[in-house]
Parts: sequence; C-alpha cells; structure tokens
Amino acid sequence: MSKIKCAIIGPGNIGTDLIYKLRRSAVLEPVWMVGIDPTSEGLVRARDMGLKTTDKGVDGLLPHVLADGVQIAFDATSAYVHKSNSDKLNALGVLMVDLTPAAIGGLCVPPVNLQQHAEAQAMNVNMISCAGQATIPIVHAVSRIQSVGYAEIIASTASKSIGPGTRANLDEFTYTTSNAIQKIGGAKKGKALIIVNPAEPPMIMRNTIYCLTDEMPDEPRIRESILQIIGEVQRYVPGYRLVNGPVFDGKKVGVWMEVEGLGDYLPKYAGNLDIMTAAATRTAEMFAEEILAGRYHLRPVAVKEAA
Amino acid sequence: MSELKNLKGRKVLVHDMALRDGMHAKREQISTAQMIAVATALDDAGVPLIQVAHGGGLGGNSLQHGFALHSNEEYWDAVIPKMKQAKVSALLIPGLGTMKELQSAYDHGVRSVHVATHCTEADTSPQHIAYARKLGMDTTGFLMMAHLNDAKGLAAQGKLMESYGAQTIYITDSAGYMLPNDVIERVRELRAVLKPETEIGFHGHHNLGMGIANSIAAIEEGASRIDASVGGLGAGAGNTPLEVFVAVCDRMGIETGCDLFKLMDLTQDIIFPMMDHIVRVDRASLTLGFAGVYSTFLLHAERLSKKYGIPSRDILVELGRKKMIGGQEDMIEDTALTMAKERGLLKDQAA
Repeated sequence: MSKIKCAIIGPGNIGTDLIYKLRRSAVLEPVWMVGIDPTSEGLVRARDMGLKTTDKGVDGLLPHVLADGVQIAFDATSAYVHKSNSDKLNALGVLMVDLTPAAIGGLCVPPVNLQQHAEAQAMNVNMISCAGQATIPIVHAVSRIQSVGYAEIIASTASKSIGPGTRANLDEFTYTTSNAIQKIGGAKKGKALIIVNPAEPPMIMRNTIYCLTDEMPDEPRIRESILQIIGEVQRYVPGYRLVNGPVFDGKKVGVWMEVEGLGDYLPKYAGNLDIMTAAATRTAEMFAEEILAGRYHLRPVAVKEAA
Repeated sequence: MSELKNLKGRKVLVHDMALRDGMHAKREQISTAQMIAVATALDDAGVPLIQVAHGGGLGGNSLQHGFALHSNEEYWDAVIPKMKQAKVSALLIPGLGTMKELQSAYDHGVRSVHVATHCTEADTSPQHIAYARKLGMDTTGFLMMAHLNDAKGLAAQGKLMESYGAQTIYITDSAGYMLPNDVIERVRELRAVLKPETEIGFHGHHNLGMGIANSIAAIEEGASRIDASVGGLGAGAGNTPLEVFVAVCDRMGIETGCDLFKLMDLTQDIIFPMMDHIVRVDRASLTLGFAGVYSTFLLHAERLSKKYGIPSRDILVELGRKKMIGGQEDMIEDTALTMAKERGLLKDQAA
C-alpha cells in the first residue's frame, strides 16, 4: 500500500520522537526534517534515520514539496513561527498538524473530535498540549453524560521532559489548555495547572482531572464512560492508565491518571511528550486513510495577509 | 558556628505574609473585614510590605488549592485604599497564575510581587518576571523548597531570575526544613554571584522552630529582606512570627521600622482569635519540617487522613519519599487512595 509522505518541522525531542512513530505507521512515511541550525544534533539524527534534511527552515523545504510528494507536515517548533510555517505549506496544499500551542487551526483530541476534522476537510489542526491530550478525553467522558459547570486539570511532568520553549512560554500552555477544556472537553469553564517536578529518578507524567457536575453525578454511567474513553486513548497510547478514581465527592468527580510513554526517542517517563506525538500521528493517520481512499481533497490555500 | 556578627544598625525590610500564607492556615476563609483589620493594624505598626492574596497567590482559586471567600481583586479593593504607608504585594506561581492575573493585580493597586518557582525550575518564570518589571513592580524571584537544591545550584537559579529582571532573590524554606548553616551557605553563594544591587531575601517556616534563627543567620550573611507573619499565621507551623522577629531585631539593633508593641497587640487581639487551630509545632507540622515536605500539604493531609483512615504522618512521609513539590496537592489524595488500597481500607474501587 502506498503511504502519505510527511515532513517534520523542528528536530527537537518531539520532532525526533515523531520519526519513530511515523516509521511504525502503515499509512505515513517521514521523508523530510526541517531545522534552522546547521549544527543541530536533531538534523544529524534525522539524516542517520534516512530522512532528507534542510537547515534553511520551511523555505528550504518548499522547493521540494511537490517533487517529493509531501502531503502532511508536522510543526514541532513554537507558537510564534507556526502561522508563517502553516501559511507557506498550506499554499502548496500541504495539510498541517500543529504541535505548538499556536492553535490557529481546529483543536483536535482524537477520541473526541478527530472524525469531525476529517469531515470538515481541515487544512490545519492543532494538538493543543500534552496536558490537553491527557485530560480532555476524561472531561469529555463526564460531560457527554451530564453537564459539567467547571473542570480543572493538574498535569505533573518530569523536569527533564519539559523543553526550553515550553518553559519560556508557560502562559501560552495554560491559556491553550484551559480554552480546550471548554471547547473540546465540554466544560462551561476550564482551568489548567502545570507542575514541573525535578525528582530523580524522573516521575512518570501524572494528571488529575476534577469535574464539577451541575447536578449530582450519575456515578455508574460516568464510571463506565470514563473507562470506555480510557480504552480509546490506549489504542494509540498504551501507557495511558487510571491510577485512582473516579472518586465522587458531592458534585465533584476526581480521576487520577498516569501516562507512560513508549520509550521511542524519549524515555518512558516522558508520557507527556509521547501522548503528543502519538496523538499527532493518530490524527495524521486518519487524514492519510481518507486521502488514500480519495475522500479527502488537499487543496492549496491562499495566504491571507495580516491586516 | 562562628561568633554572631554585630548587626547593630543593619536595615531589614520586613514583608508580612499573614494575609497570603496565612490563608492556607485558614483554609482560604478570611473575610474582607478580617483582612482590613489585620492590614490596617500592620500598616499602623509600620510594616512596609503586606502580601494579600489567596494562599496559592494569583490564580489560586481552584479545586486544587481551595476557593477563597472572595476573589483576590475583592480583597485588594478592600485593603489597598486603606493603606497609609504600606505597599501591598502578591504571589505568582507560574503554571498556576498568569500574566493576565498579574495585570489585574497591578490594576487593583498591587505594587510588589513574589514570582515563585520550585528551586530548580527558575526558567519557568522569565515572562512573568519581565512582565512585572514592565509594569514597574518591585519584583522578587522566589525559590521555593530551597533545601532541595544545594548552595551552588540555588545560586545559579537565582542568577537566572536576576537575568530576567528580578530585583530580589529569595531563599524560600517552604518545608521549614533548613537549619542556620543551610541558610548561611545558600545566602553566601547567592551573594557571590548576584549583582551588588540585587537584594537577597529569606522566607522561613517554623516547623523546626528555626524561623527566627534562620532569618537572623540570613541577615548575618547579607540578606536584607525577611518574610514573616504576624502571630505566625501561615502554612505548617506558620511562618517566622513577625512580632518575635521584630523583638529579636530590636534587641540586636537591627532596624525594621516596626512598632513591636503594636504588633504584639495585633497578634493577641486579632490574629490568635482568628485561628481555627493553634498554628504551632505539633506532630504533623513537625513531620513536615523533619521530612522536608511542603508546608501547605498539612491541612490537606489531615482532612484526607480522616477520609481514608490513614494517619496524616504516614501520608506526609510518603509524599516526602515520592518527592512531591509545592502545587501537587492533588497527589495527596492520590497517595492516600493508593495507601488505603494497599492497606485493604478501600472496598469500592474501580481501578
């Protein structure tokens, strides 16, 4: 079966881990890695793994897009350059999967709304944040049973798994995740907290999800709904596990999760990075299946100039 | 230890924590009337800086940290217009509070901020420190759980915060674990790397009864700002008790500009009657200090101890063993649940 060819922008931890995930896919093939630093170790790694590389940024990739048949690109750079990257590639009809907190495209959590993005023939989808991927399925599992007035999530991550980009822009992470808890999770109000814990050996990513239901919670149905959606996430993140709960305390539903990564490029404790790359891969696979089946029509998108 | 230096004539800026750290000890339930009563008395006693906020600071209102009786804005609007000389400050922990809330704090009259990170994660604070400076606020880099980083490591973190724009670097003994020598070596190392105009501060907790001694040790090595709390109202066994600290400073000739007798009266007449429990070194708060656990975990652990039948000391020791840091209050119930499961105390458990 032919595969859809992919480019990865950003040869850091996330970009490198994506190479592993894409190479395992039946429908995706990583062919290009884009960086901006000729001395970057990530570009060397990508070359060693058989990818073509450029250190001239997205502009270095553009002349090869059509010849090499690149149809999907993953952006693992930063929110500040994402729009420009996306515009340039969309103009050539390349679909963009955004792993930065830029969130200019539709927000995507695979078990919640991936199908809708495929139906909408989107050209840019955003993967929100690691905490968003790890917690929004649970919020959704409660809100699809009964209305949730407020949802709050606490993501605890190992210090070694949080890169300089996230550290320097922690507020963007908070805003993007809080917003997605509402828009995709279905809570009327959402709040996200992040903890960076330096313990050695590094702690596995932990997530706590609290939902306040408007009426008293229907305990058996909520429990069943949560267990069902955990199973959905486990299809692409096998280490997504319930540790404790759900605990019902009045209208408060508490769920304690952990995310162990696959240990591809990143160690297993970095479940936060793994769930991002796995969700992005799952998302791209869905689009690839639609493209291969002739149902998804990639089309060039004219760049809109900023006002 | 070497002989105490003569500190006569040294000036120290005291910063009261009762209306922020003390919110932890009151489960965030301080009324605006109580806030006004305490703040105006502190102002009248000459305390130059008063922190007023949810115990978790900006963005603190949450299921994780509890919902206060009022929003931070309501507290500031009640207190700030009544201040004659004192400036009001707030706390911002990146990952919990954001720049939007910092802007709101400024708009409501807050003029000083502790930007707080765990003692090894200073690089999560650059945008908040820079933003506070842009607003013209007195800006502090506040390195929490400072016992978990050695003197050189802590100095490097302080230097990072200074590079983002922090004007003061605090050694924050959140667990009340440090002993005077721990404080001395950390202040000394910071002083060696920071610019001469950058101040050093110390924020103590009294879990091992060392709040005053540690603060004096910090001053000896060159710290010029001390956090304390009138009546000791604060998390764990409380902060360094302000009135005791001022009394010791008076005896030693350290100048705080505070009126000791007014602070004593405030403690006796207003703070003590406000306390829901006696904030002091007891079995649980001593456990915090001895095991090096974040002081704010105390009341959460006691509540969950009752709920799941696990002694709070066992929970706190386990949290210390798992190296949980400030902000991980959700892990207290998680830990209690897991311990209850292991001890066969949980019957109806899905996982």
